[in-house]
Amino acid sequence: MIGMTVSLTAITFWVCAPIMVVLGFGMVLARKVVHSALCLAGLMVALGVLYASINAPFLFVAQLIVYTGSVMMLFLFTMMLIGVDTADELKETIKGQRVSAIVIAVALAGLLGFTVLHAIVGQSGGLSVINNAAGGNAQAVAQLIFGRYAVAFEAASALVITAALAAMVLSHAERLTPKERQRERADRRVRQFASDALPVAPDPAPGVYARHNAATYPALLPDGTAAPGSVAPALEARGQAVLAEPALKLPAQSLHNRLAAQATELDGQPRLMADLPDAAPALTAKADDAEDQEAAK
Amino acid sequence: MTGGVTGAVGLAWLLVLIPFAAAAVLLLIGKAGDKWGHWLGVAGLVAPFGLAVAMLAQMLSNSGVESYFVKWFVWIQAGSLRVDAGLQVDHLSLAFVLLVTGVGSLIFIYAVAYMAHDPGRRRFFGFLNIFAGSMLLLVLADNYALLFVGWEGVGLASYLLIGFWQQKPSAALAAKKAFIMNRIGDLGLLSAMALLFAHIGSVNFVAVGPAVAGGGTWVALVGCLLLLAACGKSAQFPLQSWLLDAMEGPTPVSALIHAATMVTAGVYLVVRSQFVFTVSPVAMWAVAIVGVVTLLIGAWIGTAKADIKKVLAGSTMSQIGYMMLAAGLGPAGAAFAIFHLLTHGDFKANLFLGAGSVMHAMNDDVDMMHFGALRKVMPWTFLTFACGTLALIGFPFISGYYSKDHIITAAFDKSPVLGALALLGAVVTAYYMTRLVILTFFGEKRWEDGVHPHEAPGLMLVPMVILAIASLAAGAFLNTRIIGWLSPVTGEPAEIPHGLFEFTWVTGAAVAALVVGVLAGWLVYRRGPVNESNFLLRAADAELGANAVGDVVVKASDGVADSVGIIDRYLVDGGARGVYRAGIGLSTWVRGLQNGKVRSYGLMMGVGVVVILVAVVVAGQVI
Amino acid sequence: MNENYYLVLAAILFAIGVAGFLTRRNALLIFMSIELMLNAANLTLVTFADALGDLTGQIMAFFVMVVAAAEVVVGLAIIITIARSLHTASIDASSWLRR
Repeated sequence: MIGMTVSLTAITFWVCAPIMVVLGFGMVLARKVVHSALCLAGLMVALGVLYASINAPFLFVAQLIVYTGSVMMLFLFTMMLIGVDTADELKETIKGQRVSAIVIAVALAGLLGFTVLHAIVGQSGGLSVINNAAGGNAQAVAQLIFGRYAVAFEAASALVITAALAAMVLSHAERLTPKERQRERADRRVRQFASDALPVAPDPAPGVYARHNAATYPALLPDGTAAPGSVAPALEARGQAVLAEPALKLPAQSLHNRLAAQATELDGQPRLMADLPDAAPALTAKADDAEDQEAAK
Repeated sequence: MTGGVTGAVGLAWLLVLIPFAAAAVLLLIGKAGDKWGHWLGVAGLVAPFGLAVAMLAQMLSNSGVESYFVKWFVWIQAGSLRVDAGLQVDHLSLAFVLLVTGVGSLIFIYAVAYMAHDPGRRRFFGFLNIFAGSMLLLVLADNYALLFVGWEGVGLASYLLIGFWQQKPSAALAAKKAFIMNRIGDLGLLSAMALLFAHIGSVNFVAVGPAVAGGGTWVALVGCLLLLAACGKSAQFPLQSWLLDAMEGPTPVSALIHAATMVTAGVYLVVRSQFVFTVSPVAMWAVAIVGVVTLLIGAWIGTAKADIKKVLAGSTMSQIGYMMLAAGLGPAGAAFAIFHLLTHGDFKANLFLGAGSVMHAMNDDVDMMHFGALRKVMPWTFLTFACGTLALIGFPFISGYYSKDHIITAAFDKSPVLGALALLGAVVTAYYMTRLVILTFFGEKRWEDGVHPHEAPGLMLVPMVILAIASLAAGAFLNTRIIGWLSPVTGEPAEIPHGLFEFTWVTGAAVAALVVGVLAGWLVYRRGPVNESNFLLRAADAELGANAVGDVVVKASDGVADSVGIIDRYLVDGGARGVYRAGIGLSTWVRGLQNGKVRSYGLMMGVGVVVILVAVVVAGQVI
Repeated sequence: MNENYYLVLAAILFAIGVAGFLTRRNALLIFMSIELMLNAANLTLVTFADALGDLTGQIMAFFVMVVAAAEVVVGLAIIITIARSLHTASIDASSWLRR
């Protein structure tokens, strides 16, 4: 039975340890921060499993809740705030930093490994007996935390509360101007209409009279040109907005031509026809450009 | 907490804890305590005084037991070093406790009235309680480490109190000066502790005593380091200059620093460490010489200052010099040092409270040239001040007469030169105190416009009167008792005083010195202030150049640098330039490391960790 | 199962954390590397607790977790503040330690 337990522990270790090392390298080497964070989260889960296998089930749960549950989520929230896709430039700016860093890390791993191999801790030292005596690992840990280490525990709780307050104070940004609410916005629009003849109504929604009502399609004016301001500036800047006018106009023009042809058929009078392009124009001219540029690189 | 000791002595920890508890309440409670806070502060020292009296009664009734050890808990347990939070109540520490709590209580009561119009009175009393509590911890600790805690606490409290009026730049500066000077002394105490631990493995007084009995070079070094510590705390040469600036604090603080708490700590340290000094004559001579030099410097400064508090500060320096001299005479003088310390505590507190009362009357003016003829306006202040003065100059049968004469006698026994210099100090003491009293209380009115002196309120007068009585009687009361009381700690002196009316040739010489000094002072100042611009007095007014020394050093090094520059340019041009270019190149390279990038600093840290690990591994292989 | 392997694993993870700390420039990544180092230290503590039969190691690891959580909260707040004013999360963007 004992041999069985030991081999289970060994299996757990030999499954988890390579995963952890691979995920660790993944974290350090990944180009995008999100990938690094996911690697680290996976590593922490594996670490928790190791805890569970060496008589620390309480820490296993704590590891899952504290690290993967909240710490890594905090990292992801922060990434959302400062930009998910801020890929790290992998080009090194400090001369010789990378080489010396790798040397240091290897030396550290070697030295630490050398020292711990001399520690000779050997086999498990009967912690399960202590756990069982207290009725379980959580109970045993609780007896220590709320007994001998009660003061340290209270101090830690004070630390956590202080940290929460500190985070609020640090990340708080004072408003320099009062926030513009609906009422103020309406007033401003009317004022700007009076002074600069800007439209009072909201900007046209994207996709009106266009081929699709997707956010990337600008609204069309009666003459078929794109209405300015109907596509979000961010989309326009990224080149995702569809601004190829011939393609946008195509449905309206072909409809006009069809109706005009029908009318001419009925009364015999000639009508002005739109010039349709020979081939169907490309819709995603801009996006193609971007891909071309990337391919050229 | 009682450590197995019964009776009042078992409660010794309360002596320390009560003032600190009072300080905590006073500093944390906020404005709610403004109405009654000062009385809580007074209670925080009067209660320990009551306890100390009870302890005295217990120790007098069990005369067989000489010291009690009151352990509370194991404070530091690291490897072979074990330090307990334990108190040692013996005859020496109890004498100090009685002085600190007794005189301190009177000063606290006086401060209630003195600081009545100050908006920060509650805070002031909080600091005072830290001061008293730290001093009690200092004198009660049974090992150097715990003593050091009190030592630092006293330094902190003095910093807070000297700079209490921190809106005055001079006060803030004086506080910093006192703190930094004290740090130099602290270095001595720390190094001495490290040496003791390295050689003995313990810093307990009882363990150190027998272990150093063999003497040796390192014991002498410990003695010299302890002397450095004492010099810092007791304002002895060459670390004396902070004491005069410390007059920037409110007057009760000056009284407390000079009489009961701060400056006496150095004397206590030397007397407590007698076992180190008795086995190393070098360290003992160093203590005696430092004492003599300081007693002359202090007295000299006292003759020239126009600021009444600075004259008294010079006097304190000089009197502590007497105590150090006595402490440096070994068992022959150590008990007399404590005797003089006790009487000095009484009469110096008395003099400072009197000076505070005069300042109170003169709108906080301290310049004696603006005083004069205050005898009629402030009769009680004058009377009490006169008692203190007589005690200080050693008028026959009054405190200083007994305590100082013993020191001078012991000094003559050691070396005629020391004795003669101590006697010279007595002449100067009588001279400057006569000057002070005549300029302040006699002669013409030289008051500033709009000053209307008045007698101090009753709450200030009561402590002054009690201290005046103590100044008159303490010497006669303690003369025959103190030596027997202290001998278990300090050892038996060669000559034990037997009665109040012993006369030797030293007694006669001391009285003659007194007469000469007083007559000289009266002759010079009987017609009011004189033109004080001869060389000796100017030097003294500049505190013997203690501050100018720094300027001189800077100027001298400027000059040296200039001449080196000339030599460099015309004589060793090529070589010197090569050297300094190498220096520039080196520093440019080193500066390159300071690029402000976190990761570079991290790399340095990593290199350091690897180096330490390599050292650990290599040491592990070798050992 | 020889528990020394756990210690070796911890040493490797710690070295990976050091490498990440020294080579990456994104403040978030540097922070994650520090978390990795803390986790490696925790693994050592828990391993010793098991090997020596003394729960104190687990308690230590628990307190390390608490302190690390507090540290992450404050550190991320600082990163957000810096990113807000400098518009970057790169730690080399400013040599503040030099000024």
